[in-house]
Amino acid sequence: MNAHEEHFAGSNKLFTSIWVWLLILTVIEIFLAYKPMPLHFMLVVLLGLSLIKAALIIAYFMHLKFERLSLILTIIPMLVVCICLLFVFFPDSFRSSDLRYKFKETAPVPAAEEH
Amino acid sequence: MSTEARAQHFPAADWDGGVLPYRVGHRKLGMWLFIVSDSLTFSALLIGYSYLRASNVWPTPFPFYPSIVFSSVMTFCLLSSSLTMVFGVSASSRGEKDKARKWILATIFFGVAFIVLHLIEWRHLIHEGLQPFSLPAHWVSTFTAPDGTLPSPLFGATFFAITGLHMFHVATGAIYLAVVAARVKKLKHEDVEISGLYWHFVDLVWMFVFPLIYIMSVDVGGALAK
Repeated sequence: MNAHEEHFAGSNKLFTSIWVWLLILTVIEIFLAYKPMPLHFMLVVLLGLSLIKAALIIAYFMHLKFERLSLILTIIPMLVVCICLLFVFFPDSFRSSDLRYKFKETAPVPAAEEH
Repeated sequence: MSTEARAQHFPAADWDGGVLPYRVGHRKLGMWLFIVSDSLTFSALLIGYSYLRASNVWPTPFPFYPSIVFSSVMTFCLLSSSLTMVFGVSASSRGEKDKARKWILATIFFGVAFIVLHLIEWRHLIHEGLQPFSLPAHWVSTFTAPDGTLPSPLFGATFFAITGLHMFHVATGAIYLAVVAARVKKLKHEDVEISGLYWHFVDLVWMFVFPLIYIMSVDVGGALAK
Protein backbone atom coordinates (compact mmCIF):
# COMPACT_ATOMS: atom_id res chain seq x y z
CA MET A 1 0.00 0.00 0.00
CA ASN A 2 2.94 2.33 -0.51
CA ALA A 3 1.07 4.04 -3.31
CA HIS A 4 -1.36 5.28 -0.66
CA GLU A 5 1.31 6.58 1.62
CA GLU A 6 2.69 8.86 -1.06
CA HIS A 7 -0.86 9.82 -1.82
CA PHE A 8 -1.43 12.05 1.22
CA ALA A 9 -1.10 15.51 -0.29
CA GLY A 10 -1.20 18.85 1.45
CA SER A 11 1.32 20.44 3.79
CA ASN A 12 0.87 21.21 7.48
CA LYS A 13 1.09 24.88 6.55
CA LEU A 14 -1.93 24.50 4.26
CA PHE A 15 -3.92 22.68 6.96
CA THR A 16 -3.05 25.34 9.55
CA SER A 17 -4.25 28.09 7.22
CA ILE A 18 -7.53 26.18 6.72
CA TRP A 19 -7.89 25.98 10.51
CA VAL A 20 -7.35 29.75 10.80
CA TRP A 21 -10.02 30.36 8.15
CA LEU A 22 -12.46 28.09 10.00
CA LEU A 23 -11.84 30.04 13.22
CA ILE A 24 -12.34 33.38 11.43
CA LEU A 25 -15.67 32.19 9.96
CA THR A 26 -16.76 31.00 13.43
CA VAL A 27 -15.95 34.38 14.98
CA ILE A 28 -17.99 36.05 12.21
CA GLU A 29 -20.94 33.78 13.07
CA ILE A 30 -20.76 34.67 16.77
CA PHE A 31 -20.48 38.36 15.88
CA LEU A 32 -23.57 38.08 13.63
CA ALA A 33 -25.56 36.56 16.49
CA TYR A 34 -25.58 39.96 18.20
CA LYS A 35 -26.38 42.06 15.13
CA PRO A 36 -30.07 42.85 14.91
CA MET A 37 -31.28 41.63 11.53
CA PRO A 38 -34.30 39.83 10.05
CA LEU A 39 -34.40 36.17 11.11
CA HIS A 40 -34.52 34.83 7.55
CA PHE A 41 -31.58 36.92 6.45
CA MET A 42 -29.55 35.75 9.45
CA LEU A 43 -30.47 32.11 8.74
CA VAL A 44 -29.31 32.40 5.12
CA VAL A 45 -26.01 34.05 6.10
CA LEU A 46 -25.31 31.53 8.88
CA LEU A 47 -26.08 28.54 6.65
CA GLY A 48 -23.95 30.03 3.89
CA LEU A 49 -21.01 30.37 6.27
CA SER A 50 -21.61 26.83 7.58
CA LEU A 51 -21.60 25.43 4.06
CA ILE A 52 -18.29 27.15 3.36
CA LYS A 53 -16.86 25.69 6.59
CA ALA A 54 -18.22 22.24 5.74
CA ALA A 55 -16.70 22.45 2.26
CA LEU A 56 -13.30 23.42 3.69
CA ILE A 57 -13.39 20.52 6.16
CA ILE A 58 -14.47 17.98 3.54
CA ALA A 59 -12.07 19.19 0.87
CA TYR A 60 -8.92 19.59 2.95
CA PHE A 61 -9.23 17.86 6.35
CA MET A 62 -11.14 14.89 4.95
CA HIS A 63 -8.89 15.06 1.95
CA LEU A 64 -11.63 14.63 -0.61
CA LYS A 65 -10.13 17.30 -2.88
CA PHE A 66 -7.15 15.02 -3.42
CA GLU A 67 -9.20 11.88 -4.10
CA ARG A 68 -10.29 10.53 -7.45
CA LEU A 69 -13.08 12.48 -9.14
CA SER A 70 -15.25 9.37 -9.45
CA LEU A 71 -15.28 9.01 -5.62
CA ILE A 72 -16.34 12.65 -5.19
CA LEU A 73 -19.11 12.22 -7.77
CA THR A 74 -20.32 9.06 -6.07
CA ILE A 75 -20.58 10.56 -2.59
CA ILE A 76 -21.46 14.26 -2.79
CA PRO A 77 -24.29 14.73 -5.34
CA MET A 78 -26.55 12.02 -3.92
CA LEU A 79 -26.07 13.38 -0.42
CA VAL A 80 -27.03 16.87 -1.55
CA VAL A 81 -30.09 15.57 -3.41
CA CYS A 82 -31.26 13.51 -0.40
CA ILE A 83 -30.92 16.46 1.98
CA CYS A 84 -32.79 18.72 -0.44
CA LEU A 85 -35.59 16.15 -0.63
CA LEU A 86 -36.11 16.56 3.13
CA PHE A 87 -37.17 20.16 2.44
CA VAL A 88 -40.55 18.89 1.20
CA PHE A 89 -41.68 19.01 4.84
CA PHE A 90 -41.40 22.79 5.19
CA PRO A 91 -44.65 23.80 3.44
CA ASP A 92 -46.46 21.67 6.02
CA SER A 93 -44.53 23.36 8.80
CA PHE A 94 -45.63 26.83 7.62
CA ARG A 95 -49.20 25.56 7.23
CA SER A 96 -49.38 24.20 10.78
CA SER A 97 -48.03 27.52 12.00
CA ASP A 98 -51.17 29.17 10.57
CA LEU A 99 -53.47 26.44 11.90
CA ARG A 100 -52.33 26.89 15.49
CA TYR A 101 -54.97 28.07 17.91
CA LYS A 102 -54.59 31.77 18.52
CA PHE A 103 -55.68 33.31 21.79
CA LYS A 104 -57.92 36.35 21.45
CA GLU A 105 -56.12 39.67 21.80
CA THR A 106 -58.16 40.54 24.89
CA ALA A 107 -57.51 37.23 26.66
CA PRO A 108 -55.03 37.53 29.53
CA VAL A 109 -51.62 36.06 28.86
CA PRO A 110 -51.68 32.83 30.93
CA ALA A 111 -48.06 32.93 31.99
CA ALA A 112 -48.21 36.61 32.89
CA GLU A 113 -50.28 35.72 35.95
CA GLU A 114 -47.19 34.41 37.63
CA HIS A 115 -45.84 37.93 38.13
CA MET B 1 -14.38 17.39 -21.69
CA SER B 2 -12.92 15.61 -24.72
CA THR B 3 -13.45 11.89 -25.11
CA GLU B 4 -9.79 11.21 -24.39
CA ALA B 5 -9.80 13.32 -21.23
CA ARG B 6 -12.95 11.57 -20.07
CA ALA B 7 -11.44 8.16 -20.73
CA GLN B 8 -8.52 9.24 -18.57
CA HIS B 9 -10.80 10.31 -15.71
CA PHE B 10 -13.22 7.41 -15.93
CA PRO B 11 -11.43 4.45 -17.51
CA ALA B 12 -13.90 1.66 -18.20
CA ALA B 13 -11.20 -0.82 -17.22
CA ASP B 14 -11.64 0.43 -13.61
CA TRP B 15 -14.67 -1.80 -13.35
CA ASP B 16 -13.17 -4.91 -14.93
CA GLY B 17 -11.71 -6.09 -11.65
CA GLY B 18 -8.16 -6.24 -10.42
CA VAL B 19 -7.98 -2.55 -9.42
CA LEU B 20 -9.68 -0.41 -6.78
CA PRO B 21 -12.09 1.68 -8.89
CA TYR B 22 -12.01 4.66 -6.56
CA ARG B 23 -8.31 4.20 -5.70
CA VAL B 24 -9.27 3.90 -2.03
CA GLY B 25 -9.42 0.67 -0.05
CA HIS B 26 -12.76 -0.92 0.69
CA ARG B 27 -12.51 0.04 4.39
CA LYS B 28 -12.07 3.69 3.53
CA LEU B 29 -14.94 3.52 1.03
CA GLY B 30 -17.03 1.90 3.77
CA MET B 31 -16.26 4.78 6.13
CA TRP B 32 -17.26 7.28 3.45
CA LEU B 33 -20.57 5.48 2.97
CA PHE B 34 -21.13 5.43 6.74
CA ILE B 35 -20.44 9.17 6.86
CA VAL B 36 -22.98 9.75 4.09
CA SER B 37 -25.67 7.82 5.96
CA ASP B 38 -24.83 9.48 9.27
CA SER B 39 -25.00 12.89 7.56
CA LEU B 40 -28.56 12.03 6.60
CA THR B 41 -29.38 11.14 10.22
CA PHE B 42 -28.19 14.53 11.42
CA SER B 43 -29.83 16.30 8.48
CA ALA B 44 -33.14 14.69 9.37
CA LEU B 45 -32.79 15.75 13.01
CA LEU B 46 -31.82 19.32 12.13
CA ILE B 47 -34.65 19.59 9.60
CA GLY B 48 -37.10 18.17 12.16
CA TYR B 49 -35.89 20.86 14.54
CA SER B 50 -36.31 23.52 11.85
CA TYR B 51 -39.81 22.21 11.13
CA LEU B 52 -40.84 22.58 14.77
CA ARG B 53 -39.19 25.94 15.04
CA ALA B 54 -40.94 27.34 11.96
CA SER B 55 -44.37 26.12 13.07
CA ASN B 56 -44.20 27.25 16.73
CA VAL B 57 -43.36 30.18 18.92
CA TRP B 58 -39.76 29.34 19.77
CA PRO B 59 -37.85 30.55 22.83
CA THR B 60 -34.44 32.21 22.26
CA PRO B 61 -32.99 31.81 25.74
CA PHE B 62 -29.18 31.54 25.39
CA PRO B 63 -27.26 34.26 27.27
CA PHE B 64 -23.74 35.31 26.25
CA TYR B 65 -22.43 33.68 29.40
CA PRO B 66 -22.46 30.74 29.94
CA SER B 67 -24.12 29.37 26.76
CA ILE B 68 -22.40 31.25 23.92
CA VAL B 69 -19.01 31.47 25.62
CA PHE B 70 -19.05 27.73 26.33
CA SER B 71 -20.27 26.73 22.87
CA SER B 72 -17.67 28.98 21.21
CA VAL B 73 -14.85 27.45 23.24
CA MET B 74 -16.26 24.01 22.38
CA THR B 75 -16.18 24.95 18.68
CA PHE B 76 -12.57 26.01 19.09
CA CYS B 77 -11.77 22.65 20.76
CA LEU B 78 -13.33 20.65 17.93
CA LEU B 79 -11.68 22.69 15.18
CA SER B 80 -8.31 22.36 16.89
CA SER B 81 -8.84 18.62 17.36
CA SER B 82 -9.42 18.33 13.61
CA LEU B 83 -6.14 20.13 12.98
CA THR B 84 -4.18 17.86 15.34
CA MET B 85 -5.84 14.85 13.69
CA VAL B 86 -4.70 16.02 10.25
CA PHE B 87 -1.17 16.41 11.63
CA GLY B 88 -1.42 12.86 13.02
CA VAL B 89 -2.56 11.39 9.70
CA SER B 90 0.13 13.37 7.91
CA ALA B 91 2.83 12.04 10.28
CA SER B 92 1.47 8.53 9.83
CA SER B 93 1.68 8.87 6.05
CA ARG B 94 5.41 9.62 6.43
CA GLY B 95 5.74 6.52 8.61
CA GLU B 96 6.42 8.52 11.81
CA LYS B 97 4.21 6.39 14.04
CA ASP B 98 5.33 7.89 17.38
CA LYS B 99 4.60 11.39 16.19
CA ALA B 100 1.25 10.22 14.84
CA ARG B 101 0.37 8.74 18.24
CA LYS B 102 1.16 12.02 20.01
CA TRP B 103 -1.02 14.02 17.63
CA ILE B 104 -3.87 11.52 18.02
CA LEU B 105 -3.59 11.78 21.81
CA ALA B 106 -3.82 15.58 21.47
CA THR B 107 -6.97 15.05 19.38
CA ILE B 108 -8.48 12.89 22.12
CA PHE B 109 -7.62 15.59 24.67
CA PHE B 110 -9.56 18.23 22.71
CA GLY B 111 -12.44 15.79 22.19
CA VAL B 112 -12.70 15.05 25.90
CA ALA B 113 -12.46 18.78 26.67
CA PHE B 114 -15.41 19.29 24.31
CA ILE B 115 -17.48 16.68 26.14
CA VAL B 116 -16.66 18.06 29.59
CA LEU B 117 -17.52 21.63 28.56
CA HIS B 118 -20.72 20.45 26.92
CA LEU B 119 -21.81 18.54 30.02
CA ILE B 120 -21.19 21.65 32.18
CA GLU B 121 -23.26 23.64 29.71
CA TRP B 122 -26.04 20.99 29.88
CA ARG B 123 -25.92 21.19 33.69
CA HIS B 124 -26.47 24.96 33.60
CA LEU B 125 -29.62 24.47 31.52
CA ILE B 126 -30.91 21.55 33.58
CA HIS B 127 -30.41 23.55 36.77
CA GLU B 128 -32.36 26.38 35.21
CA GLY B 129 -35.23 23.91 34.83
CA LEU B 130 -35.01 22.90 31.16
CA GLN B 131 -36.40 19.41 30.54
CA PRO B 132 -36.95 17.48 27.31
CA PHE B 133 -40.67 18.22 27.28
CA SER B 134 -41.04 21.34 29.39
CA LEU B 135 -39.53 24.80 29.65
CA PRO B 136 -38.52 26.60 32.85
CA ALA B 137 -41.44 28.76 34.07
CA HIS B 138 -39.57 32.04 33.61
CA TRP B 139 -38.77 31.11 29.99
CA VAL B 140 -42.48 30.52 29.35
CA SER B 141 -43.48 33.91 30.77
CA THR B 142 -40.69 35.74 28.90
CA PHE B 143 -41.19 34.17 25.47
CA THR B 144 -44.98 33.99 25.28
CA ALA B 145 -46.00 35.72 22.01
CA PRO B 146 -47.91 39.05 22.14
CA ASP B 147 -51.07 37.20 21.01
CA GLY B 148 -50.79 34.88 24.02
CA THR B 149 -49.38 31.82 22.25
CA LEU B 150 -47.11 29.85 24.54
CA PRO B 151 -43.55 28.98 23.44
CA SER B 152 -43.07 25.40 22.29
CA PRO B 153 -42.15 22.99 25.11
CA LEU B 154 -40.21 20.93 22.54
CA PHE B 155 -37.19 23.24 22.75
CA GLY B 156 -35.57 20.88 25.26
CA ALA B 157 -36.41 17.78 23.20
CA THR B 158 -34.69 19.11 20.09
CA PHE B 159 -31.79 20.58 22.06
CA PHE B 160 -30.99 17.47 24.07
CA ALA B 161 -31.60 15.06 21.17
CA ILE B 162 -29.37 16.84 18.66
CA THR B 163 -26.55 17.90 20.96
CA GLY B 164 -26.82 14.56 22.81
CA LEU B 165 -26.44 12.51 19.64
CA HIS B 166 -23.54 14.68 18.60
CA MET B 167 -21.90 14.28 22.02
CA PHE B 168 -22.35 10.51 21.69
CA HIS B 169 -20.48 10.68 18.37
CA VAL B 170 -17.65 12.64 19.99
CA ALA B 171 -17.43 10.10 22.83
CA THR B 172 -17.43 7.18 20.37
CA GLY B 173 -14.79 8.94 18.31
CA ALA B 174 -12.58 9.46 21.36
CA ILE B 175 -12.75 5.74 22.17
CA TYR B 176 -12.10 4.85 18.52
CA LEU B 177 -9.07 7.15 18.43
CA ALA B 178 -7.78 5.73 21.72
CA VAL B 179 -7.81 2.25 20.16
CA VAL B 180 -6.06 3.59 17.04
CA ALA B 181 -3.44 5.39 19.17
CA ALA B 182 -2.77 2.24 21.18
CA ARG B 183 -2.36 0.08 18.07
CA VAL B 184 -0.89 2.67 15.72
CA LYS B 185 2.29 0.67 15.08
CA LYS B 186 0.37 -2.40 13.93
CA LEU B 187 -2.14 -0.49 11.82
CA LYS B 188 -1.70 0.44 8.19
CA HIS B 189 -1.61 4.11 7.32
CA GLU B 190 -5.00 3.86 5.68
CA ASP B 191 -6.60 2.74 8.94
CA VAL B 192 -5.30 5.85 10.70
CA GLU B 193 -6.65 7.94 7.84
CA ILE B 194 -10.08 6.29 8.20
CA SER B 195 -10.26 7.16 11.91
CA GLY B 196 -9.38 10.72 10.87
CA LEU B 197 -12.30 10.75 8.43
CA TYR B 198 -14.69 9.85 11.23
CA TRP B 199 -13.27 12.52 13.53
CA HIS B 200 -13.52 15.26 10.89
CA PHE B 201 -17.10 14.23 10.26
CA VAL B 202 -17.94 14.81 13.93
CA ASP B 203 -16.38 18.27 13.59
CA LEU B 204 -18.33 18.84 10.38
CA VAL B 205 -21.67 18.10 12.05
CA TRP B 206 -20.91 20.60 14.81
CA MET B 207 -20.42 23.29 12.14
CA PHE B 208 -24.18 23.01 11.52
CA VAL B 209 -25.35 22.29 15.06
CA PHE B 210 -23.54 25.32 16.51
CA PRO B 211 -25.14 28.03 14.34
CA LEU B 212 -28.59 26.41 14.13
CA ILE B 213 -28.98 25.47 17.80
CA TYR B 214 -26.86 28.06 19.58
CA ILE B 215 -26.38 31.14 17.40
CA MET B 216 -30.02 31.18 16.22
CA SER B 217 -31.26 30.97 19.84
CA VAL B 218 -29.27 33.83 21.35
CA ASP B 219 -31.20 36.01 23.78
CA VAL B 220 -30.12 39.18 21.93
CA GLY B 221 -32.00 41.81 23.89
CA GLY B 222 -31.32 40.08 27.20
CA ALA B 223 -35.07 39.44 27.64
CA LEU B 224 -34.49 36.70 30.20
CA ALA B 225 -32.19 38.79 32.35
CA LYS B 226 -34.85 41.48 32.80
